[in-house]
Amino acid sequence: MIGNFPYVAVVIFIGLGIYTLMFKKNLIKIAIGVVLIENGVNLFLITLGYRKGAIAPIYTQAPSGQAMVLPTPQALTLTSIVIGIATTALILSVAMMIYKHYGTLDTDQVRRLRG
Amino acid sequence: MLGLLETGSGFWSAIIWIVVVLVIGSIVIYIRNKGEDSYKKNTEQDKPFISGNPEKSKEESHLGASHIYWGFTEALKGYYNPLVKMHTGNINDYSGWIIVITVIILIMVGVSG
Amino acid sequence: MNLSNHIPILIVAIPLLAAFLVPLIGRINKKATGTLTTLALSVSLILTITLAVKILTVGPQAYVFGATSPSLTLPSGLKFPIRIMFQIDAMGIFMGLITAVVSFVGAVYSLVFMKQHSGLDKYYSLLLLLTVGMFGMEFTGDMFNFFVFLEIASIASVALISFRGIDLGEPAEAGFKYMVVSSISALMVLFAVGIFYGQYDILNFAAIASVIKYSQLDKIALGLLIPVLAMKAGAVPMHMWTPDAYSEAPAPITMMLVATSQASLYALFRVVFSLYNISLNALTVGWIIIIFGLLSMFIGVTMAIIQKDIKRLMAYHAVSQTGYMFLGVGVGLAVLANPVALNQYGITAMEGGIFHIMNHAMYKGLLFLTAGALFFRTGTKNLDKMGGLAHSMKYTTIFFIIGAAAIAGLPPFNGFASKLLIYESVYKFNPLLSIIAMVVSILTLASFVKVFHSAFLGPKLPQFKEVKEVPRSMVFAMAVLSCIIIFFGLFPDLIVKNLVHPAVMSLIEQLQYTGTVLGGM
Repeated sequence: MIGNFPYVAVVIFIGLGIYTLMFKKNLIKIAIGVVLIENGVNLFLITLGYRKGAIAPIYTQAPSGQAMVLPTPQALTLTSIVIGIATTALILSVAMMIYKHYGTLDTDQVRRLRG
Repeated sequence: MLGLLETGSGFWSAIIWIVVVLVIGSIVIYIRNKGEDSYKKNTEQDKPFISGNPEKSKEESHLGASHIYWGFTEALKGYYNPLVKMHTGNINDYSGWIIVITVIILIMVGVSG
Repeated sequence: MNLSNHIPILIVAIPLLAAFLVPLIGRINKKATGTLTTLALSVSLILTITLAVKILTVGPQAYVFGATSPSLTLPSGLKFPIRIMFQIDAMGIFMGLITAVVSFVGAVYSLVFMKQHSGLDKYYSLLLLLTVGMFGMEFTGDMFNFFVFLEIASIASVALISFRGIDLGEPAEAGFKYMVVSSISALMVLFAVGIFYGQYDILNFAAIASVIKYSQLDKIALGLLIPVLAMKAGAVPMHMWTPDAYSEAPAPITMMLVATSQASLYALFRVVFSLYNISLNALTVGWIIIIFGLLSMFIGVTMAIIQKDIKRLMAYHAVSQTGYMFLGVGVGLAVLANPVALNQYGITAMEGGIFHIMNHAMYKGLLFLTAGALFFRTGTKNLDKMGGLAHSMKYTTIFFIIGAAAIAGLPPFNGFASKLLIYESVYKFNPLLSIIAMVVSILTLASFVKVFHSAFLGPKLPQFKEVKEVPRSMVFAMAVLSCIIIFFGLFPDLIVKNLVHPAVMSLIEQLQYTGTVLGGM
């Protein structure tokens, strides 16, 4: 039961992110919503590789017979975090440009393109 | 033959089509060149007729894009008004649609087995 | 070392290297950046054509990174592949050819079109990265690698969409919207990758395809992948970002964005056909895709008719045309489990849908370029303010007529050939679908008649007295696409037989796809 706890956290993270994206009206908060979903997915990936009582997957220092956590999900998560930083930085800088021209960050105002 | 595309219930060949168009077109041009007897040059027949209204200058007579298909959009108002309203341009709605469709498809795929 | 074995990686590596060289070169000589970009993309184009010839004569190719030999997919007797690899079959190279042509033409067009903008080194750098992202999405044989290339393409395209955001608000707004929706889609893809990895401990497309069980978790992964990839392709009702992004990006970038969304469409077909194939409930998923197609076709074209902004109008047409691809391929998928119907009309429907991808990239690219040419000379995208431009922009007018006739499906242009294939095969599946497709085609013609009338016809307007034809390199870029359109229109059978049919078969036959990596299993 306690082993499933990270998955519950994943669902909460993604659910909060989706809620933020759908109902929060501030562009910065929308950026935070994207980051929340991203953290949920990263947590999901890293949990997949977890084995109970296992050690870090470093072959040279491992005692023989000891279980190791899976290294691949960690590599995936690391890549995903790096990409996430690029995404977040881009979203925030574009939000900055929007603020410069529109003078507001309210999603109800930032909709000159419609119809 | 080159250019023959099988469509399952027939075929399509652009080359044949062009040949046919050229043949028909040359017949049409031939008939057109025979001329119309009742036409006289430099009479009122040459002038445009706008239901008795005076003719506008050329620069003013251009029809803007908004006026084209006015009747079409006016007749389909009941369809267009909700549709245009749906395109709010609000980012919350954009992500909302994605989530809603994802949920619908998850249910459809899950139920269908 | 035989260099011809390394063509798959060179196609991606050359633009990638150039992308990081361009800012350096820009420090020394501003003008050399565009030339370098064009050069890199032309090398990529030539290599793609070489690879296409090889794949269509020899068979699918796998390229393994970091192995002693690039074709060593299963090192030291392992049962499953552990290394990242490119796996390119007829369908992948079909999309690769589109990307190569479109990005090359886009770079040539940008040379003059973007001249008066500052920060051109960054522009070209991003353009090259966008090309890399597209090639990667189409060539990769690894799920996580696909996610990475998807993100590269999204980030590069967002930066390019909001490229004019320094001076204007709207491009920034469009970029923001596109970034948010594409981040959601990329994260859902990553979640699906996690589900696959958790079940099968592998990330390779072919290896997952060979063991996939269609368990409850696989269904969830499928239910996540279909909508987000369809969204990236611009399917209604998740299409709202398309008109925003397409209308605010610079014209050559819009053309490349069309190709990017088609790369996502390709990924959707890859997932449904190569990954799941007959293990999924083909009828349900097929109808989901058909309904996406119907909605996209109809709502796209009706929204296009009422638009006043020329690029927004064309963007709605892009949504509408994507519907044809969904329709054709969806019908093929719906009858996948039924070999009789598949042979009778399913394969033809898919040929129509896949052929339409290439046709659409060419004529929609051409139309966006003509819209860019009008913007370049008149400085407006508003159709109400245009008029009489055929007097002064003769070449652009001719190119527009070619593009508009092709998109409306008028013979003898290429749009007609692919639409005919779709009509006649879909009619046997369900006549109503075929009739809706024809109505949409008529409405398409109607709305392009509107554009043609209001932009090109009419008297010469006083404010456009000084307007001239666009410079030669832009005319060249549009002429290349026009020639491709006319060639495809005159000899559709050559393309369908040699390019499209192998692509369709490589989608349908799952064993051929997995066999490239796992050997004859």
